[in-house]
Amino acid sequence: MSQAHLQNTPGYVNNEGMKIVTSRFGYEDSFTIDRYLATGGYEALRKGLTMAPGDVHGEVKNASLLGRGGAGFPAGVKWGFCPPGKFPRYLVVNGDESEPGTYKDRLLMQRDPHQIIEGCLLTCYALGLSQCFLYVRGEMALAQERIADALNDAYEAGYVGKNILGSNFSVDIVLHWGAGAYIVGEETALIESLEGNRGMPRLKPPFFPAAIGLYGQPTIVNNIETLANVPWIITNGADEYKKYGSETSPGTRLFAVSGHVKRPGVYEVEHGVTTFRDLIYGDNFCQGIRDDNELKMFIPGGASAPWFFPEQLDLPLEARSVGAAGSMLGSGAIVVMDETTDAVKAAARIVRFFSRESCGKCTPCREGTTWEEDILNRMLSGKGRPGDIETLLKAASNISPGVYPVAAWEEGGLVAVPFPPKQTTICPLGPSSVAPIASAIRRFRSEFEAKIDEAAHATIEVSVGGGS
Amino acid sequence: MSRLSSENVLVAEEIIARYPRPKSAVIPLLHLAQEQDGYVTDEAMSHIAELVDVTPAEVIGTCTFYEMFKREEVGKYMINICTNISCQLLGGEELLHHAEKTLGIGHGETTDDGMFTIEDVECIAACTEAPCLQVNYRYRYFVTPADFDELVDDLRVGRVTDVSPHGTLTRSRQHIPAAKQAGIVPPEEAREQPVWLPAPEEGKA
Repeated sequence: MSQAHLQNTPGYVNNEGMKIVTSRFGYEDSFTIDRYLATGGYEALRKGLTMAPGDVHGEVKNASLLGRGGAGFPAGVKWGFCPPGKFPRYLVVNGDESEPGTYKDRLLMQRDPHQIIEGCLLTCYALGLSQCFLYVRGEMALAQERIADALNDAYEAGYVGKNILGSNFSVDIVLHWGAGAYIVGEETALIESLEGNRGMPRLKPPFFPAAIGLYGQPTIVNNIETLANVPWIITNGADEYKKYGSETSPGTRLFAVSGHVKRPGVYEVEHGVTTFRDLIYGDNFCQGIRDDNELKMFIPGGASAPWFFPEQLDLPLEARSVGAAGSMLGSGAIVVMDETTDAVKAAARIVRFFSRESCGKCTPCREGTTWEEDILNRMLSGKGRPGDIETLLKAASNISPGVYPVAAWEEGGLVAVPFPPKQTTICPLGPSSVAPIASAIRRFRSEFEAKIDEAAHATIEVSVGGGS
Repeated sequence: MSRLSSENVLVAEEIIARYPRPKSAVIPLLHLAQEQDGYVTDEAMSHIAELVDVTPAEVIGTCTFYEMFKREEVGKYMINICTNISCQLLGGEELLHHAEKTLGIGHGETTDDGMFTIEDVECIAACTEAPCLQVNYRYRYFVTPADFDELVDDLRVGRVTDVSPHGTLTRSRQHIPAAKQAGIVPPEEAREQPVWLPAPEEGKA
């Protein structure tokens, strides 16, 4: 199978269109300081240092740069949440990418680490942050290596550290790395982990990081991709940034499309205007479903997102529309499943993930995800019992009470229930485990029933055979 | 078995000095211990506790939360096969079963010669290259059963150049030259705002 497009950067597809964060990905040596400087690198920092810190903040705020980690909150607004007058303040960069289906931050770290470093510097300058901790997922060895090398070169050249470019702006960027725990991608758990602890989330309120974060101080936590946009915005201005994408979701965004498509890959896409159909079927993107099969369902924003179906294909890649339609755009991870997919098996695999990754702090999640996994495994292994669907939904409702977000389905009489779900837990991990369950049961209940029926028949055969 | 070597203590001290509070260095130091011994020994954890001034129990508490830290010897090569959704859709589970059959071990187990450990892991962020795996945290993409067999053969005879023995994550470390260091800002110190910010407006605190 030819994978010519993967030679340079596995996963990345250099499709037609505006490139903001992947502009250097075509270069073999895109991660070096020489290439970075030769392609306009650290010019945004030079420009930023001639501006007042508040104006750098203002530019990012005007650009309406939405956070790329999952929640989609405007970065410039988040930056404004630090209580005035309280110092020191810190920057924590979330490079703990581990939402199933998500593959973009690792690419940015491996292919253009200086772009992230420059984004960190501008953020620290704008907000008066005294130190930056760049937290890279433990399993991403090459990303850690590239960032370590990039930081060493940037310190040597005077872009990071004391009196940057001869100014009175001084900040250290410290590479930190994790050790394997999905939950650490949650911002308060990330802070716990960075303090050397077990990565268990903190209750919000009061522990909103901007107010009480790292070491109890105001802390800005931003995703890698979010910060990678900042140098471009400072160089070109907010107005230029807003020429791309939609009014509510400006700029471009990275989407990883995986699963049963002809050309899976990470695409830089105009935010807010491109539709799921464009992305999955378009010639410039994934070019349709493998073997020209029918689309059965797709996950629009990582394993935590409720599933979408062919009816939702024409929605734009825009957070509000996707939220109103019953799911979330999340971390830009689209997983496509064709007609051959076993919905129960797919749901069970995602639930197993949440069950394994539950940190154990909240009882509904710790116990509930285990029950969900057990019941689904029982169904899959031909031991499902009558009433298991109801038991499963009951276990799920202990973690997320009320009506779970769902996509509209006319034939099945379902109207859209908007995102997010309710939760009885501190963080959204537990409620996320309900997404595949609620999605699959409401749309493909007959597949669950069929598994239970098969089990019932198998039981009868055994009892007849072994009875007399 | 082993505390950190004197050479690694110097590395540890450099790492600790980057954080406003020493305990923040626990995870990087556990990685350092794992790099030294291939897994994290009890003695290394006690040593780390001394270095960052916490109790050994606190270090063990942190260590046991994270999947990558092994407290027993594992194979020289840890092969982590992803079976999460994107890989499952394209043969990740079949690849795992093939690996188990080929090496004659179940996932979570190590071959008798101490060469290989297989793990059934969660998403490793290479979803568009499914099915994928990592060998000591270095990626292999679109892995077929034949690719797996070839990989194992290559590892056995030392034909693989981008993979270090288990425990070693990276070939380079961050180093901040003393003259270039901006300096840590401990939270305990009552601090004025950084010098590059303009003076606060009257009444704005």
